[in-house]
Amino acid sequence: MEAAPKPGSGAHVKGQGKKQKPRRYWEGGNDEAHPLPDKGSKRKWEERPQPKDAQVPKKPKQIREPRPKQKQELSSKQTQKVLRSKQTQKVLRPKQNLKDCNSDQKQELKPNQTLSGAQDPFPGPAPVSENAVNKFRRGGSKFVTKQPLKLVTKDKLKVAASEEEETSVRAARAELLLSEEPGFLEGEDGEDTATIHQSDIVEAVDIASAAKHFDLNLHQFGPYRLNYSRTGRHLALGGRRGHVATFDWITKKLMCEINVMEAVRDIRFLHTETLFAVAQKRWLHIYDNQGIELHCVRRCDRVTRLEFLPFHFLLATASETGFLTYLDVSVGKIVASLMARAGRLDVMTQNPHNAVIHLGHSNGTVSLWCPAMKEPVVKILCHRGGVRAVAVDSSGTYMATSGLDHQVKIFDLRGKYQPLTARALPQGAGHLAFSQRGLLAGGMGDVVTIWRGQGQGGFPSLDQPYLTHRPHGHIHSLQFCPFEDVLGAGHSRGFTSILVPGAGEPNFDGLESNPYRSRKQRQEWEVKALMEKIPAELIGLDPRNLGEIDVISLEQKKKERVERLGFDPEAKAPFQPKQKKKGRSSTANLVKRKIKVKDQEHREQVRQSLQQQQQQQKKLQTSQSTGPPPSALDRFKR
Amino acid sequence: MNGKVSEKSLLALSHLGKAVDSLKDFPQSASEDEEAIDGERNHQKLLEKIGYLDGKNRQRLAERSEASLQVSEFSVSNEGTGEQLDLAELLGPIKSSSSMGTVKKQLKKVKNKKTVDLPLSKEERERISREAAYNKISQDMTKWDPVVLKNRRAAQLVFPLEQDGVLENCIGEVLGSWKARTPLEKEIFNLLHQNKQPLTDPLLTPVEKESLKAMSLEEAKQRRAELQKARALQSYYEARARREKKIKSKKFHKVLKKRNDKKILKNFEELRKVDPTSALEELAKMERARIQERMSLKHQNKGKWAKSKVIMAKYDLEARKAMQEQLLKNKELTQKLKVPSDSEHDEDAEEENGLIPDIVNEVQISTDGPNPWMQRNHGITTKTPPIQKEPLSSEESELEEDEKANEEEEALLQELIERRSLRKGSEVDQGSQKQELTTKAPRRTEETEEVLAELRTLSEQINKKAKKRQDGEQSVNSSSAVSKEPSIQREEQPSLDERPERVQTMEALDTLGLDEAVQEQKVLEPVAERRRRRRQRRREEEQEQEEEQEQEQKQEQEHRPSKQKSPLKKKKEPMAALHTIISGKTHQANPLSAPIVVEEEDCDEDATQRQIIKEAFAGDDVIADFQKDKLEAEKASKPKEIDLSLPGWGQWGGPGLVISARKRRRFLVKAPKGSARKDQCLPNVVISEKRNIQAAAHQVNVLPFPFTHQGQFEETIKVPVGATWNTQRAFQKLTAPRIVTRPGYIIEPIKEKDVESSPSHWAHQPYRGKARLHGYSPPPPKERSIKESPITHQLITHTPPLLPPQKKKKNLATMSTGDEASFWK
Repeated sequence: MEAAPKPGSGAHVKGQGKKQKPRRYWEGGNDEAHPLPDKGSKRKWEERPQPKDAQVPKKPKQIREPRPKQKQELSSKQTQKVLRSKQTQKVLRPKQNLKDCNSDQKQELKPNQTLSGAQDPFPGPAPVSENAVNKFRRGGSKFVTKQPLKLVTKDKLKVAASEEEETSVRAARAELLLSEEPGFLEGEDGEDTATIHQSDIVEAVDIASAAKHFDLNLHQFGPYRLNYSRTGRHLALGGRRGHVATFDWITKKLMCEINVMEAVRDIRFLHTETLFAVAQKRWLHIYDNQGIELHCVRRCDRVTRLEFLPFHFLLATASETGFLTYLDVSVGKIVASLMARAGRLDVMTQNPHNAVIHLGHSNGTVSLWCPAMKEPVVKILCHRGGVRAVAVDSSGTYMATSGLDHQVKIFDLRGKYQPLTARALPQGAGHLAFSQRGLLAGGMGDVVTIWRGQGQGGFPSLDQPYLTHRPHGHIHSLQFCPFEDVLGAGHSRGFTSILVPGAGEPNFDGLESNPYRSRKQRQEWEVKALMEKIPAELIGLDPRNLGEIDVISLEQKKKERVERLGFDPEAKAPFQPKQKKKGRSSTANLVKRKIKVKDQEHREQVRQSLQQQQQQQKKLQTSQSTGPPPSALDRFKR
Repeated sequence: MNGKVSEKSLLALSHLGKAVDSLKDFPQSASEDEEAIDGERNHQKLLEKIGYLDGKNRQRLAERSEASLQVSEFSVSNEGTGEQLDLAELLGPIKSSSSMGTVKKQLKKVKNKKTVDLPLSKEERERISREAAYNKISQDMTKWDPVVLKNRRAAQLVFPLEQDGVLENCIGEVLGSWKARTPLEKEIFNLLHQNKQPLTDPLLTPVEKESLKAMSLEEAKQRRAELQKARALQSYYEARARREKKIKSKKFHKVLKKRNDKKILKNFEELRKVDPTSALEELAKMERARIQERMSLKHQNKGKWAKSKVIMAKYDLEARKAMQEQLLKNKELTQKLKVPSDSEHDEDAEEENGLIPDIVNEVQISTDGPNPWMQRNHGITTKTPPIQKEPLSSEESELEEDEKANEEEEALLQELIERRSLRKGSEVDQGSQKQELTTKAPRRTEETEEVLAELRTLSEQINKKAKKRQDGEQSVNSSSAVSKEPSIQREEQPSLDERPERVQTMEALDTLGLDEAVQEQKVLEPVAERRRRRRQRRREEEQEQEEEQEQEQKQEQEHRPSKQKSPLKKKKEPMAALHTIISGKTHQANPLSAPIVVEEEDCDEDATQRQIIKEAFAGDDVIADFQKDKLEAEKASKPKEIDLSLPGWGQWGGPGLVISARKRRRFLVKAPKGSARKDQCLPNVVISEKRNIQAAAHQVNVLPFPFTHQGQFEETIKVPVGATWNTQRAFQKLTAPRIVTRPGYIIEPIKEKDVESSPSHWAHQPYRGKARLHGYSPPPPKERSIKESPITHQLITHTPPLLPPQKKKKNLATMSTGDEASFWK
């Protein structure tokens, strides 16, 4: 299925690594003498770069584009492999109690032998790289042990540490199952990828991927808003003049198509593709997949933008009247209705990392909201003019904004909220969207531009566009399709699906959002998701907050207890000198002894801090001295 | 003693006078000797009295001076009580006598023995014994320590700790004792034994192993590929059969049947030439089929369908045809068979009988049509007519549209319907459409060719019609060509269609543009208003600020080398247009407190645009607004000072009252200095300092037992437990229950001897308990299970499953180590 690069296109095959093929049990242990030599040579031949003459000048780029996903469910939950941590060095083996009991002499199985007598070609656990494991670690410990800990405490900490280690190793090892690689697009020596047309890409990729580029010519019902479902399989379109349609965009199977005979401001799928919310002229309406109106939510009126928070089952609506309203769609209750005090709200996005809603205002600020707080958690001044579009990347690290001052800026959301990069565009971007892998798309008039970051996990550099495309009409909404290398653009003349190699996450979690799920699976998932629903009040800037102790109430409680008891039971008793005889317990002597103890403690403290300082300095020195090792000839240097 | 007394008397000289006085007081006796005696007595008394002086021997009784029978108990002297009786003194008198030898010996023994101490008091005795018992028992209890510690540390405990020997009875033993009884079992075992199927090693038989060894990898692969292919083919075939079975169309099945018949006939023809015997068999089969058909009375015009057709036949030509066909079939079936003669000719004739009527029939029927062959194919090539029709329909719709465009443009719904019909044609991407077309066309020709081939085989004898067939082929070809043309037209049609519509859409676009513009204006309008207002208010301030900011900005710009971007290479003309729109100069991240600077190197357009922007936002001082907001927020979040001073207290009240600064200072309760704001160093950010109380309600607010610092506890709850974040195995391990009990098993208390048996075991393997989680439990020692009497075994297996939970808890602390040890080994 994979679109293998053609031999003539100058594409080099990625090396498959030097890993040997695992032995099968029938191969036996004796065959080591001839380990399939022809195979190795073949691979080498593949790796050899093609001669220049073989290149076909017509295909100047390497395109590895949206590969069709395997229908197998790849998920971390389905690792059936026996995985072990590094610490437990015992090799786990199947039960050995199936020994032959009839014979008196016990057949002792060798540790490496299995029941069938087959040899394990790779004894022991598969090696895991430290970097891969580090990715799954939960951060270092915050506390420093000053005093020796109790045995019980020590035990518990040890167990916790080993658990963390083991789970992260297992998770890292399970990454092996993520077999799909992201697509990419490379220009041939110095060629700008932005000059590559969609038609070129369509020509180069396989048929299945090529079918993902299409245009819907819907020029009658006005500019279209669009929304992809979480699985990336379904698409909802809402035309300004009332045309609402949802369909499976891969098979192009229409689910429903209606005209609501009212202005449509925004459209959004709820947790599944069977429900979607439409922000109409007056109120918020909810339809099912057959286009039947299920609810008309009159408490959300004049809604301009919709956002759905999938883990909290909250539908956030921003209205013309300046209210940000959270509607819990699982129970149909309005959780919070917040007055933004910033006039009409028509720029909204969510941070997928922590479910905080970002609102853009006409005074150039972006405010961050969570339902439990009546005021914005953070307010950032981003632009000199009003904010036109806001987008947050999937890791919740970067925020892209564009304003009426024709600037596009990328902000760091990790506590500092400072602009990382900025660029002035001739027209300014009216719409922004981040892809799962961190590509940024901007819609300027009738042009879509896509920027790409340099490294993995970095923010997109706005210097040079990665791709550009010009649909037939003015862009009215942009969204990257999850798990596909596709960017959907709703415009005034319909809808365009643009191929963007490397946009989507190549591996999906089959239990979380499975594009190929059946109806039964969807129902199953829905029940599970509802049971795992997160309360709305837990939304905050730091989602890890829940794992921390509430220090303020802890201290408050302690204080109350001390007040109630009249003394502090946990306080360390002050040093009381012992009574001594023969005039050694005179007042002066007592004071002297007290001072002595105090000084001793102080000295200890100072010593510790000094040690720490020295260690830090040492660390610094070691980090600095990374140059070449000193040689004997250095002494002659001047 | 006397000496002592004398000393004492000497010491108490002061009392002497008294004594003399007392002597004087005594009355004088008559006689002299009496006097002498009296004198002696007096002396004695004196001595006594002196002796009393030390206050010790007050009770000393008078000396017995006269012999009397009655000896008063009070007069018994206890002289010498203080002295110890020496044994030697007692033995002295009997030294000489030999008769007392035995007594002497006894006494000597007594002399050698030491004196026995006094027994201790009861309390003391008890205390000592308690202490001793405590020491002993605590010594004993230490042997439990490692067990308890280990159980406390264990991630999981499985009760009963002593596993029964069920697992031990391995397959071999079970199989050895077990015998096949029922015939089925016997048969199975026979088979297994015949094939040398290993009973204990169930993976591969020796034969299989050999075959595997014999086969090389390539062969195996090849074979596997073959098998796969075969399987795939089979599945395709099955799927196809299923699909065809599902088709409800009678016509289709009829045609299919006919085709099959013909195929069979054809095969038979060939077979007759090659292999006459098998051909005969085939013939018998066919005959049988015919007989069956005849027996079934299917074509008697008596069925439901036939009756309905009879009614319809008056009006409907097709019904009539169908009836005719049926009648023909009937006739054919009811015809008496000729006795098969020798010649082939007859067979041919028969074949003709079987075949010709259909064709002839249809030809007759389709006399009105231009090409009978095409009519014949009508049933099979269902695909062609719709394709030919489609352009027509679209043309029609086009016409309709034109009309309607003239008639009613406002009816949105109607138009929507039309659009839909139109879109069906034009929706799909053009590229894919092309592909479809290219794939469709060859398929169509293939189909027609197939049909023709059939025809050819059918009408071999009829030479006349051969020419017609040629014609037919041509006509089909031409028709396919015709069908291609409209498809091309269809491709173009959407654009052609759009021509009248496009004007509309342009208008729509314009209105849309207007809409957007209006929207933008909406955004801009308040801005403009504000600008006007503010301009009046603080023009000077602004200018100053701006100047300052600009200066700052410029300085910073000097420091930072601004990245210049080379314009993109222009390859294609449309892209060039794009680039002119896209390309621009990048800015380094500007601190927000400074306005954007116009770069001198910019081209004129850019510069003018910047100028315009700058002018547009000149009055709208977003930054000042923001700073004001931030100040307010800071003020609001700061704890406030409390002024407790009472005006007029301690001084004269009345108008013009002024509280002295000193007093105010004295009564001012200062607010505690809070920690620094998070956004202190971030000029463009306001971070709310308010706490999310609702979220805090979900947090832990007590420090659990063994932890002394919050960091320690946070460390232990850092790793998420759920299946969403972990692999399946890790999840299972993290959520494994602390205690597992097996239903139906007695949980025995821990035994002492088991602890004693392996004291050193625990020192080495404190964490062995974890191994259980991997589903890897080694068997317990063999003897135990063997020792187990059948009675206990039964007991174990038949006990009701539940034990009181308290007992379980008890067992947690005290469990048998020996069993454990063997269990974990």
